[in-house]
Amino acid sequence: MKNKEPIILAVVVFFTLVTYYLVEPYAHHVMHKHVESESFAYADLPAITKTGDAARGQDLVMGAGACVGCHAIEAAGMPAAMEPQMAAASYGVNPPDLSNAGVIYDARFLTDLIKNPAHALKVEHKFDADKGQMHPMVGFYGAGGDIDQEVADMVAYLQSIAVKPEAVTPALAYENACGRCHAMSYENWTQIGTKPKFKHEKDSLAFDIKVLEYQDSIKTYMGKLPPDLSMYIRSRNEQFISTLVENPQNHLAGTAMPRTGVTADTMDKVIEHMKDAGDTKRHKREEVGKTVMIFIVIFALFALLWKKQVWRDLH
Amino acid sequence: MAHFTKATSVKDWLNQRLAIEKVEKVMASEYWIPKNINFLWAMGMVLVVTFVLLLVSGIFLLMYYVPTTAEAFYSVNYTIMREVGYGWLWRHVHGVAASVVFLVIYIHMFTAIYYGSYKKGREMIWISGMLLFIAFSTEAFSGYMLPWGQMSYWAGMVITNLFAGGSLHADGLVEWIRGDYVPAQAFLGRFFMLHVLLVPIAIMGLIGLHFAALRIPHVNNQDGEEIDFDVESKKYLNGDKAGSKVMRFANDFMSKDMMVVGIFLIFFFYLVFYNYGFAMDPVNFDPADGLKTPAHIYPEWYFLWSYEILRPFNIDLGLALFGFAQVIFVFLPFLDRSPNSVPANRRGAAFKVWFWLMLSNMIVLTAMGKLPPEGVFSQIGLVAAILFIAQWIALPIITSMEKKV
Amino acid sequence: MENNSRRGFMGKAFGAVAAVGAVGSLVAMKKSWDPLPSVKAAGFTTLDMGMYQEGVMVTEKWRGKPIFVLKKSAEVMAKEKGNAAAEARNIKVGNDNFMVAIGLCTHLGCIPAFRSDSNDFQCACHGGMFDASGLVTKVPPPRGFDIPPFKIDGNKLILGEVGPEYQSMKDNGVTL
Repeated sequence: MKNKEPIILAVVVFFTLVTYYLVEPYAHHVMHKHVESESFAYADLPAITKTGDAARGQDLVMGAGACVGCHAIEAAGMPAAMEPQMAAASYGVNPPDLSNAGVIYDARFLTDLIKNPAHALKVEHKFDADKGQMHPMVGFYGAGGDIDQEVADMVAYLQSIAVKPEAVTPALAYENACGRCHAMSYENWTQIGTKPKFKHEKDSLAFDIKVLEYQDSIKTYMGKLPPDLSMYIRSRNEQFISTLVENPQNHLAGTAMPRTGVTADTMDKVIEHMKDAGDTKRHKREEVGKTVMIFIVIFALFALLWKKQVWRDLH
Repeated sequence: MAHFTKATSVKDWLNQRLAIEKVEKVMASEYWIPKNINFLWAMGMVLVVTFVLLLVSGIFLLMYYVPTTAEAFYSVNYTIMREVGYGWLWRHVHGVAASVVFLVIYIHMFTAIYYGSYKKGREMIWISGMLLFIAFSTEAFSGYMLPWGQMSYWAGMVITNLFAGGSLHADGLVEWIRGDYVPAQAFLGRFFMLHVLLVPIAIMGLIGLHFAALRIPHVNNQDGEEIDFDVESKKYLNGDKAGSKVMRFANDFMSKDMMVVGIFLIFFFYLVFYNYGFAMDPVNFDPADGLKTPAHIYPEWYFLWSYEILRPFNIDLGLALFGFAQVIFVFLPFLDRSPNSVPANRRGAAFKVWFWLMLSNMIVLTAMGKLPPEGVFSQIGLVAAILFIAQWIALPIITSMEKKV
Repeated sequence: MENNSRRGFMGKAFGAVAAVGAVGSLVAMKKSWDPLPSVKAAGFTTLDMGMYQEGVMVTEKWRGKPIFVLKKSAEVMAKEKGNAAAEARNIKVGNDNFMVAIGLCTHLGCIPAFRSDSNDFQCACHGGMFDASGLVTKVPPPRGFDIPPFKIDGNKLILGEVGPEYQSMKDNGVTL
């Protein structure tokens, strides 16, 4: 009798694959709008026309009424004047330490941000100066000279004090770019920093209270508490996270989440950090996966040989 | 009292007390299987293996899982996935096996329908099999609640709401099932109990029944041929192994079972390590939040076809048809009025069309159940749901007109 | 023969006694699945409606959900006059008028914020807006705030019980 098994197998595989295609790739394609990456070019912002001078930039950044009025720069020996929860309460949002801003954020983005924060951050729907809704960060109005040159100098200065791009760790990238709004509890990260090990419960609770106070400020600023990102690498995919960070408005029109203006390199590191938190055992999985696949093929091979031997007498 | 003699060996000792030789004959070496079968007959063994994978992985997950609303998500995603040695592997095996077991169940089911293996004394095999399907569905649903993610919570909310019976507004019953107004601790606790104790016991009992139901009518074969097992097995035992129409379960058929299991496991472990996303929905990696509904709520893929029968109609009609779809398969042996128990392609055009249409339509329903119920998708869903019902109503009519072959 | 039938009878009688025990234990099992008293007690929230001030939005909690309570001023009531949809949602307790609603955006369940200067609600998630009576003034939300089951009892409002005013709202499709 003709062996029908190959055709039966083909029928089973065909219907299985059709079902899989429809409920997985196709359904997800319909349910989730696809957003193309803008390759972190920030092409909507004006191009950089001037070459900055870090030395002049330093005077501008450190000048009274300029950046250090609100921002700390640890790398330049300017620690934060207030604890983060206090800063958040007084400014509305915690002004970030600028030590590594020059390496974390894109230069074109920083250039526009310094002059026009709400525009660069894409939150003009929330902060419309005409309606008296001021962004907590005041735009730089110039120090009397060519404003474009001055901004270029400031950016050059920030770049000069930042660590080298190779020295940016995944955790550093995350903490700078995301960590002031998004906790990551599985990595022990709160919005005000890594929670230390306390000897006394009282101190631990005191720290928690600071976090809660800080969270209250973010809630007021953002409308709700931004989610903990511990498992986001599995609840959202890489492409979604990366295009969302690039321009939140592309995914969630009207969202309070600002564009963070990170470089492509920072983004890769943020993703790496999120994988460390939410898909910690991925390297182990790949390694074990290979071994198991090799073993199981050998297993199937021996099963086949055994069957052949047993069935020799049956035909 | 039976007479015992001094044992000559461990085997003899056991044999006197447990009749192990007899048991071995009844269960394996003289449990006769027709030779005229194909690899689809190994799906039962594939299911046994998958069930064992679920059981073993489940045991290891159970040791670290914490069934409280505050701790469940953390215990799964932090403790098991990050801390427990190979905890991630148990979870992936458990999640993927839970999904794949349904694929194999559906293949097993449609094999039975195609070859008419629910007829002529095999009705109880079919009925116990469908009871197993229901038990596995309950097991899958209750297990899906346990990680306490967004999809757990909202699937729990939506599915338990079905028990309100639409316009009946039996909110009391819904609250009784949940033990609360919304899915909360009482709900998680009872679904945990169902998942790890009551339903597994029921499944094991039903597996016993399913196997027992096979003993008297024996396994069907590719041509629906009636085999005289006494005559054929004698032929085999007298040495005419090649001429007999039957073979031993072990090692003859078992070796083929294991070959199919081997190939299946290649596919299975590929999914576990490299393509697990379909079985572990991303939405369920967000912790449960009763104040925020996910944008799309859908069940796991194996429930989609019946979910879609619910969706296109108003709540009452939808629920009635949903109930119909849940139980109708159980009655297949009695709805099929045909005297023929041969493969579908030899039973005349009507049943052949019915079979392939049923299979294709259930795939259409499955797809539409996941897609958002908008525009053309909801129309296709409506047509497919009506077609599904119509096919079952037509079945007794077309089969009673079938000519004897 | 008589003996046999008696034996048969006693067998049945024994079965009946055993069945009584089984049914009795079913009662206990059913009761064990009931919502606990502590859960039930938390299922009703009684609000003293005399406590609220006009124009000040207070968030209460009922069955794990936020409940917005807003006492409407005469001014707001005058503005609502003629707007049938808004009037249908009004809850009158004594001489005071209230908006009482489940404080979840009907779009994706975020909790909208009350803006006292414009006397309306805005959802931070996707920009949906609701007026002081809970009706949608800006999409995406598909419908106004849902209203929780309530019963008016003198000057009190009991959330979780169905009173005639709520029943008529539900029957008329004012709330889901």
